[in-house]
Amino acid sequence: MALTSTPGVTVEREPGADTTMILNMGPQHPSTHGVLRLVVEIDGETIVRIMPDIGYLHTGIEKTTEAKFYQQVVPLTDRIDYLCPMTNNLTYCLAVEKLLGMEIPKRAQWIRVMLNELTRINSHLVWLGTHAMDIGALTVFLYCFREREDLLRLFEMVSGQRMMTSYFRIGGVSLDLPLGFLERVKDFADRFPANVDEYENLLTNNPIWINRLKGVAYISPEDAIALGTTGPTLRACGIDYDLRRDAPYSGYENFKFKVPTSTVGDVYARYLVRVQELRESIGIVQQCLQGMPEAGPIKADAPKVVLPDREKMKTQMESLIYHFKIVTEGFTVPAGEVYQAVESPRGEMGYYIVSDGTAKPYRVHMRSPSFANLQALPAMCEGRLIADVVAAIGSIDIVLGDVDR
Amino acid sequence: MALTPAITDIEQLRDKPEVEALLGWNQAAIAGAKFDRNELTIWLNRDQLIPAMQFLRDNEATRFNLLSDVTCVDWFPSEPRFEVVYQITSIPRKTRMRVKVKLDSSDTRIASVISVWPSSNFFEREVFDLFGIQFEGHPYMKRIMMPEDWKGHPLRKDYPVEGYR
Repeated sequence: MALTSTPGVTVEREPGADTTMILNMGPQHPSTHGVLRLVVEIDGETIVRIMPDIGYLHTGIEKTTEAKFYQQVVPLTDRIDYLCPMTNNLTYCLAVEKLLGMEIPKRAQWIRVMLNELTRINSHLVWLGTHAMDIGALTVFLYCFREREDLLRLFEMVSGQRMMTSYFRIGGVSLDLPLGFLERVKDFADRFPANVDEYENLLTNNPIWINRLKGVAYISPEDAIALGTTGPTLRACGIDYDLRRDAPYSGYENFKFKVPTSTVGDVYARYLVRVQELRESIGIVQQCLQGMPEAGPIKADAPKVVLPDREKMKTQMESLIYHFKIVTEGFTVPAGEVYQAVESPRGEMGYYIVSDGTAKPYRVHMRSPSFANLQALPAMCEGRLIADVVAAIGSIDIVLGDVDR
Repeated sequence: MALTPAITDIEQLRDKPEVEALLGWNQAAIAGAKFDRNELTIWLNRDQLIPAMQFLRDNEATRFNLLSDVTCVDWFPSEPRFEVVYQITSIPRKTRMRVKVKLDSSDTRIASVISVWPSSNFFEREVFDLFGIQFEGHPYMKRIMMPEDWKGHPLRKDYPVEGYR
């Protein structure tokens, strides 16, 4: 039967038979935390299919690194996951140090752990603030950014930069801690648990918050592993896996902390896991403050790799030569390959570095947690309501700079 | 932590449960092994990739249930030019290892491990986009980072850093 009376026009399907609609979400949607585009096929309010479209922030960092000396890559790593620059610095430095077979002084390791945990708190605060704002609890954002400002001031004090810190260097850290820094960290660490109580007062038992989050975007532990999620998203479905404890790096084996988990696997569970992580991180910072070695070197004793102290460079001929050689020619790294994984605020952040024995890395690949976690989004959303997509995106805590690199 | 020379003789690596299990399963699947800087690498033959990966995931002694990463290294101009690199992790055993497959530049096809680990989806698309490796059996082999109409594969070594002028 012809469905149209217009000659020459044939309609294959009956009008109204097509019940689904394609909805384009992003790339400029404010709740996608960057430039994520989601192509959503919906049937009424139910999602039939959802497909992430990424690459809008692809800057080719992996290609750029191949034309840089090893030490010149550190500032590039800041810009991958811009909410936890120090974790990126740490992963890259640890990987190159592993290639070099280099030993790092204890004080430098403890400084790294302390700043890394402060970075985790910083990242979780941005996540909590924006996630709550997406869902409609605008006030939490202001509270979170109040504490984040304190942290950014601390980062500025230690590195001169609020966000793109580049503070960790291959072989240690760039400068010793400034005077009065540890006191300020202590001040922050002492009052921060009360701040977390404040956030929890606003959210944890809030009926609106619970209604929007409980039972939303569930994922089973089997699916979560199969889809490659790591970090809080994986721990919220009951898999107790944290690289800080299970594959310790940078002296994490010296610290006592719990790994918060939940067996529920929904958005609310991920919220609870991350809030608990805030408390555990501040515990690690307190342990760092108590056990921080008083004085000692902050760089490895490797004059051919680590830049000399400024004072030595100005007074000693040898140091000046080493400085000149490192800056102009770089340093060679023995041929080989390493994969160094670190527990970033989002999950397993891994750097795979291949060296061919020259002063420039042959290949640097970043395994970014956001990229892998984003694959779980369709499994979380399909068959469920369109209104919950924003909660699901917030709960996997992606950073688009990290996804696209 | 001074560097020790890499062990490349597979017989000396029999104390590693992964190597022992793979050798007991199918000796012909392994093309080489290396233990360097505390990391184990095994080269597999291309045609044995999927059964070997399935074995590594399911076998009691290995249980590599998480695929952490898939990437590629271009050794231009030497042949075999490409090495596809899989980082696999065992959450219950808390260990990781690296699996590699070498590919000639004349035939850049390899089986997709998406049937073993669905998480390889985005990773394989990225390797296809940036290196031009074809993953056979992947349901959606399209560019992921670069624009759809992009010409060339940017992470290849014969692709200049600043792009073509």
